[in-house]
Amino acid sequence: MSAPAAGGDAVIVRDVAKSFGETHALRGVSLAVAPGELFGFIGPDGAGKTTLFRILTTLMLPDAGSARVLGFDVERDLWAIRARVGYMPGRFSLYPDLTVEENLRFFAAVFGTTIAEGRAVIEPIWRQIAPFASRRADALSGGMKQKLALCCALVHRPDILFLDEPTTGVDAVSRREFWEILAELRAGGLTTLVSTPYMDEASQCDRVALIHEGRILAIAPPDALGAGFGQALVAVRGADRFALLKLLREHSDTLAVYPFGAELHLTSRRPAAERDAAARDVAAWLAARGHPDAVVAPIEPGIEDTFMARMSGAAGEAAA
Amino acid sequence: MSEPAIVAEGLTRRFGDFVAVDALTFEVARGEVFGFLGANGAGKTTAIRMLTGLLAPSAGHATVAGHDVGRDPEGVRRRIGYMSQRFSLYEDLTVRENVELYGGIYGLSDAEIRDRGGALLESLGLTPWARTLVGAIPLGRKQKLAFSVALIHRPAIVFLDEPTGGVDPITRRQFWEMIYETAARGTTVFVTTHYMDEAEYCDRISIMVDGRMAALGTPAELKRAHGVASVDDVFVRLARAG
Repeated sequence: MSAPAAGGDAVIVRDVAKSFGETHALRGVSLAVAPGELFGFIGPDGAGKTTLFRILTTLMLPDAGSARVLGFDVERDLWAIRARVGYMPGRFSLYPDLTVEENLRFFAAVFGTTIAEGRAVIEPIWRQIAPFASRRADALSGGMKQKLALCCALVHRPDILFLDEPTTGVDAVSRREFWEILAELRAGGLTTLVSTPYMDEASQCDRVALIHEGRILAIAPPDALGAGFGQALVAVRGADRFALLKLLREHSDTLAVYPFGAELHLTSRRPAAERDAAARDVAAWLAARGHPDAVVAPIEPGIEDTFMARMSGAAGEAAA
Repeated sequence: MSEPAIVAEGLTRRFGDFVAVDALTFEVARGEVFGFLGANGAGKTTAIRMLTGLLAPSAGHATVAGHDVGRDPEGVRRRIGYMSQRFSLYEDLTVRENVELYGGIYGLSDAEIRDRGGALLESLGLTPWARTLVGAIPLGRKQKLAFSVALIHRPAIVFLDEPTGGVDPITRRQFWEMIYETAARGTTVFVTTHYMDEAEYCDRISIMVDGRMAALGTPAELKRAHGVASVDDVFVRLARAG
């Protein structure tokens, strides 16, 4: 077994590719995660997030490329990795007909430990589900199930944690609570890789990788993701949003217009440096076409703006 | 003024001692895009099952497209379309076979299925994919197809249960444009979502907390009433208090 390099990256992925028949799940992915990082993979269903996590947790071999976790090679050193990794798969991974406490005891036993030995690590989460210790897992709410699954992934005190879409299908309140727990684990120094289809969750991570159709579109801290956005971006607010949307598509500077919550975001052909002028032009243009009350302002791109721009640049099928 | 698409009065459902839906009273106008929000377990699914005629109310009543959900569930089901994230299309049938199957289920004639099905595939750019298994087409296209299929019998109301879950951000927005166009043609859209930005796209939204409707209004009204900047903040305040 090759010894892990001291002080190296917690995860190193080089040119990893994986296909299932005609489907290219990963088309050459490379990245590195530093120890103690909370690293997010953000992308829709089918982006390749689950395949990458399965390769990194040694449940699947890559077709090409290589990967190391905690310094161990995912192909040669799988047992060393398995003992040190906590993994929460996307689908509900608990035994529905065991109680909360039985599930936890089972996962502890599989890793040759006990709940008592893992107690310090899981304590902040366990406190929230302990009142339901004797309840069957299938009788828990969605948010509670996620917390129990996280306890089960942590009870053997792993050195690194992989969470595959822990908040998918979970309501906005439970999602916030789950991210509060991840922030606590991060404060404790645990390296965590987490995937999500919810773009707004990116801001909770130290760094994120935007992933789409098996390719990494960008890797950066969340507030730096927009740096590569070369176009002027303006937000438009007005009464009849759908009419505005269709009208704005006819403006000669328009590359794309999409609804964003209560606003529309217009990506202009003009460079980012001209965004003030671009906004003034759009406002005047709308006023001349019967929308004098529309509010137009230049804005910084958010993560979804960035994702969509990069996705269109890649001319993805899903964008068709 | 035409009668509302949905009228619910004291609509209630109990399971034993548990009150899953507690006296819902609200109306949805014809052609309205109505967002039905709530935390997991708040009672949304039970309410939708009653409104689609799949589950009888324990108390109260509701009419959907003029039919009483308790007394005439068959009448309700003929006038509505339904699509969910989890189940809508048969993955091991082709695109065209799914269209034909649903057209048949919804009682269309062979000629109607041929005409409307052809137009549907054309408008979605799916004609070249007609003989492809649904399981092999991308999620975004699948969701757009499922939505169109749910409209093939021209229902008065379409129920969309988390239609955009896991879909990429561009396709999600294209999906909402289809919703707007459908509503503009007079079809009422009743939609659930976990994406709070999508709540802003609705004409009105309701937020369920513990079986009750804790809020009902336009997104702007609810934000103003709670003094917050986003529907997400309104949702979290109500659901955490519940």
